[in-house]
Amino acid sequence: MGVEGIGARVTRKEDKRFLTGKGRYTDDMTVPGMKYACFVRSPYAHAKIGDIDATAAKAMPGVIDVLDGKQLQADGIGNLICGWMIHSKDGSPMKMGAWHPLAVDTVRYVGDAIAIVVADSSGEARDAAEAVVIDYEQLPVVTEAVAALASGAPQIHPEAPGNLIFDWQIGEPDAVDEAIAAAAHVTEIEILNNRLSPNPMEPRATLGIYDTAEDHYTCYTTSQNPHVARLVMSAFYNVAPENKLRVIAPDVGGGFGSKIYIYPEEIICLWASKKTGVPVKWTSDRTEAFLTDAHGRDHASKVKMAFDANNHITALKVDTIANLGAYMSLFSSAVPTYLYATLLSGQYTIPAIHANVRTVYTNTVPVDAYRGAGRPEATYLLERTIETAARELGVSPAELRRTNFIRSFPYQTPVIMNYDAGDYEASLNAAMQAADWAGFAARRSQSEARGKKRGIGMSCYIEACGIAPSAAVGSLGAGVGLWESAEVRVNAVGTIEVLTGSHSHGQGHETTFAQLVAGRLGVPIESISIVHGDTDKVQMGMGTYGSRSGAVGMSAVVKALDKVEAKAKKIAAHLMEASEEDIVIENGELKVAGTDKSVPWFQVALASYTAHNLPSGMEPGLKETAFYDPSNFTFPAGCYIAEVEIDPDTGETDIVQFVAADDFGNIINPMIVEGQVHGGIAQGIGQALLENVQYDANGQLLTASYMDYAMPRADDLPSFTLSHQNTPCPSNPLGIKGCGEAGAIGSPPALINAITDAIGHNKLTMPATPMKVWQALHAAH
Amino acid sequence: MTKVTLTVNGRAMSGECEDRTLLVHFIREKLGLTGTHVGCDTTQCGACVVHMDGHSVKSCSILAVQASGSSITTIEGLAGQGELHPVQAAFKEHHGLQCGFCTPGMVMTAVDLINREGGTLTEETVRAGLEGNICRCTGYHNIVKAILAADAEMATGRQAAE
Repeated sequence: MGVEGIGARVTRKEDKRFLTGKGRYTDDMTVPGMKYACFVRSPYAHAKIGDIDATAAKAMPGVIDVLDGKQLQADGIGNLICGWMIHSKDGSPMKMGAWHPLAVDTVRYVGDAIAIVVADSSGEARDAAEAVVIDYEQLPVVTEAVAALASGAPQIHPEAPGNLIFDWQIGEPDAVDEAIAAAAHVTEIEILNNRLSPNPMEPRATLGIYDTAEDHYTCYTTSQNPHVARLVMSAFYNVAPENKLRVIAPDVGGGFGSKIYIYPEEIICLWASKKTGVPVKWTSDRTEAFLTDAHGRDHASKVKMAFDANNHITALKVDTIANLGAYMSLFSSAVPTYLYATLLSGQYTIPAIHANVRTVYTNTVPVDAYRGAGRPEATYLLERTIETAARELGVSPAELRRTNFIRSFPYQTPVIMNYDAGDYEASLNAAMQAADWAGFAARRSQSEARGKKRGIGMSCYIEACGIAPSAAVGSLGAGVGLWESAEVRVNAVGTIEVLTGSHSHGQGHETTFAQLVAGRLGVPIESISIVHGDTDKVQMGMGTYGSRSGAVGMSAVVKALDKVEAKAKKIAAHLMEASEEDIVIENGELKVAGTDKSVPWFQVALASYTAHNLPSGMEPGLKETAFYDPSNFTFPAGCYIAEVEIDPDTGETDIVQFVAADDFGNIINPMIVEGQVHGGIAQGIGQALLENVQYDANGQLLTASYMDYAMPRADDLPSFTLSHQNTPCPSNPLGIKGCGEAGAIGSPPALINAITDAIGHNKLTMPATPMKVWQALHAAH
Repeated sequence: MTKVTLTVNGRAMSGECEDRTLLVHFIREKLGLTGTHVGCDTTQCGACVVHMDGHSVKSCSILAVQASGSSITTIEGLAGQGELHPVQAAFKEHHGLQCGFCTPGMVMTAVDLINREGGTLTEETVRAGLEGNICRCTGYHNIVKAILAADAEMATGRQAAE
């Protein structure tokens, strides 16, 4: 503990560089001789490519070269992969169509890359890209998943007949059908989860540098996981062997999942750097980001929830169709399966669950994990359904949830997950108290007196973070292990570098990871530096996503610290002629417990490096590495309440209050945790009220700029009321559960439950724009 | 190519650029001041806000040649070397930034807002004043808190000076 240790509200070490313009993002990098890339992209959603004529483009001012997919293929660069194998219920493997980094014969979505232009300036590259002439033969287009499964729909990949990638199930279909047949009440609902664009404020960028003399590649990239990028680019795309490829993800301006994946551009810029002999930088513009960054969500589901006469849930049946876009992105197959259907028990005892999931190709941008990834879809489905059931059964939404809460742990759900700790009622009570739920009826009367509609809604979410253990995810089809690594290097003067495989792109690791070390050793936080994001510095890591950096990444630091402390204690015991068991580390000193004997931390560090007086046989130095593989997922949970007031004349929704009560286990830095929740809620409100990716019938993206895609702005949002009801996580040494995604998971159903409460019926889809709300109100009258 | 001459953060600077070069690209690429960011291409996100002759401007919405002769302040020039402007300090104190990408534009907008409406700002007017700046990380909660705190701090400073 202490003012800088675990639990302290320490302001961030990294802030000064961001606040003074000294952050170093990928697009800020320049190297001698660097040139600029622009990609030639398909203007059609589905077409055969004929001749690519770059003659005129190559003759334009400043142009170095124009390269296409046939050249890339001839050089042996591989196709993009999906790293999680899913088998259909008939046992067949998922049907994966080829994704060429540069299309060779067919383009399958607007924005599909066809060629790269390298020129002296970005303007010249863009001019030349417009001069590349391509023969297209347009093909029929389908953008919606349900339509893509219909007979006669356009066929997108020859490998996937009928556009069906897999038809997967989890749970017990017979038990569910029996329970539904015997139920006292069955609630049925159709749920649409709208398609979103993640939109980190920093657009993707990459700088590929090929060193002819060393036959070595360096890739600067906007990545959440540079080591995974290096692994995949080496092992699957044949860019270069790992020892000849350095991947650096410097300051990264937000990710939210969209920067997990290895996209065509980083591969192509590395290859183009070798082909042209110059470093090649590409920076996405915002429209390009909408056209090519992996999208999120896009589920259509049919749900049945069965109850007995005492309002206990007896079964849940879910049939989901998920749109995966034109190609299978890196973790796309895991999102609507193991990150989604395994959470369908929510916070409730449900004896029988069955979910069937069909994933589908369409002529749209690939869909993959976006903040929450599968868990927002599960929570939205479940919390809309139970809210609807409460209205049908005539009981209060809180009472129906209380009736069905899981109250004893560990709890084995019927869908793989084993919940290890939680207190769902505590969060529900805290949220209802903070929102003054009891006073709502009076507030509604006041609103009605002013001609306004008022509604209140809740959502009790659970999620699974720290995706692990590796052996378990491997058995479910994951192509990688989901452990994390850490190295603690104590310098001879006692200052410390912590190297982590986690990657910070807004989460504040440089502060929280340092707090952990400062608390353990009692050394000042300024003497601790966190190193991440460079494959030449950190040996290996799995990166940051799925709220895993605290639970998994920091646990690896704990393991390395354990080793460092053990060695330091041996040295201190030797120096003070004491027993190793009697040494304690406090306030930057190693003390002999119960005596006034002590040796300062820096002196132990120095002794380890001078090696003049070490215990017999001990190696010099003080540096330890650890790999941490968790024993279970972690299960953050909580209760969110939204209260809204709607203007029936305009359909405009005003969020009067938003309350979040979360259980994240132990917390390292409350200030940073609150910030994560604020941001998550804003994205959840964005999904519920504002954001929607919209294609037209030809597959043209209508929402490809901030003029057309409604990002939440400051005046769209309220301030938020937060609290924590923490039950420590028993499966990792710090008791951390993770907090990065909760806000985006818990908030959409709370909003929609509040709005449907206000309008008096359930016929409303996200985003609940003023037009849709007005129409819903109008339909009700 | 046209020569552009500017006073940037108090120093005279000049460079040649194409007529179509936007001020933001001139600042980033010709002057090497990469604190000013580009987050969109439709003047919506505000990551590129700088001060031109004392007023905030989206540097993606003006050509470098149009700005020639003016005095520009970028995020790098807001405070003295190694120091933080009260708005920057308040963003740190109240955790008004996460990934840092929107932060320079957000801070430059906030400073201009306080310059124009300092002492009268409320949560509502701060939120309205940030309409042209998008942040994807913070949900704006702590940005609003930081700006109100900086406004109070700067008002106290003005009173002390009077």
